[in-house]
Amino acid sequence: MHELGIVFYIIRDVKKVAEENHVERVSEVVMDIGEVSTVVPHLLTDCWRWAADKEELLKGCELKVNTIPAVTWCDNCKREYKTVKHGRTCPFCNSENTWLLRGNEVEIKELVVSS
Amino acid sequence: MNEVKVIEIKKSVFAENEKDADDLRNELRSRGVSLLNLMSAPGSGKTTTLIQLLNRIKDKVRVAVMEADIDSDVDAVKIKEKTGVPSIQLHTGGMCHLDAEMTRQGLDNLDLEETDLVILENVGNLVCPAEFDTGATCNAMILSVPEGDDKPLKYPLMFTVCDLVIINKMDVVPYFDFDIERCKRYIHLRNPKAQIIPVSAKTGYGIDHLAEWLLKQLP
Ligand SMILES: Nc1nc2c(ncn2[C@@H]2O[C@H](COP(=O)(O)OP(=O)(O)OP(=O)(O)O)[C@@H](O)[C@H]2O)c(=O)[nH]1
Ligand SMILES: [Mg+2]
Ligand SMILES: [Zn+2]
Ligand SMILES: [Zn+2]
Repeated sequence: MHELGIVFYIIRDVKKVAEENHVERVSEVVMDIGEVSTVVPHLLTDCWRWAADKEELLKGCELKVNTIPAVTWCDNCKREYKTVKHGRTCPFCNSENTWLLRGNEVEIKELVVSS
Repeated sequence: MNEVKVIEIKKSVFAENEKDADDLRNELRSRGVSLLNLMSAPGSGKTTTLIQLLNRIKDKVRVAVMEADIDSDVDAVKIKEKTGVPSIQLHTGGMCHLDAEMTRQGLDNLDLEETDLVILENVGNLVCPAEFDTGATCNAMILSVPEGDDKPLKYPLMFTVCDLVIINKMDVVPYFDFDIERCKRYIHLRNPKAQIIPVSAKTGYGIDHLAEWLLKQLP
């Protein structure tokens, strides 16, 4: 399943950072997830609960999700618009010559830790 | 004692895999081994096209196949039976894609000293495999006619990461509203450099062209 795979990558990265910083406990992992990243936040947090509790370092650790709104750039009329509302076609000029500017992120933003 | 603090990371979850993939790619290049990553939606004809292709190139180049599947090994068995080319099965353990680490583990089971080209049949899926670089030296995908000519618009990332787009099942064009010129335009909108080769794995149409293109990519 897609979200579970992502959770394993998050755990791998968090463990690495924790080790480098001599962290004993991580109480919060904050993610930036783009609106059109194909990651479904509630599935991600469900998978997280299941997988994180198996790790001593991450017992009870919460995964928080910041949603990053998706914005598309129209190369034809040089304007930005909301991707989720209008999709691929520019609402100003009807062009399909458009590119996603942001909203595709699957990023670990920060950790709240104690040592 | 229990000092609480915030560590800023701001790093993509895919970054670590991208690094693993770059390392693997450089290693393969320095050993003179090419790795073709073949992707598509389930059932577009990856295995059928591979069988046709392998039978045309196996006397010209030392080739091996890795079949990735969530659980079964029918494709690896079929390749071995129909082509005699060495082929191994990789199980993704329920995962919807292969990453560079899994690809490396698969390659460890092949004799790379005796191999010029490895072809990887990725998990049937148009979304996830495009996000996870396997470390391949060449990326290709198959779009089959029944899927529709608008797929480059719906799955742009997949079409952006591929060097080659194979349009398969050309034999059934008369039964579908599939406009090949429109499809090519949509592909080039997302990826102006993509090579596009129409084939039919059933009739063999276009397979010679495909074999010729592939052999030209080898060092
Ligand atoms: N008419 C026609 N059918 C084809 C062609 N290529 C493949 N098929 C059929 O499409 C079906 C799926 O082909 P496969 O080669 O198994 O597809 P695949 O992409 O390997 O499928 P997965 O590994 O399950 O994702 C089979 O029934 C093939 O016989 C073609 O060029 N024309
Ligand atoms: Mg197959
Ligand atoms: Zn996935
Ligand atoms: Zn516009």
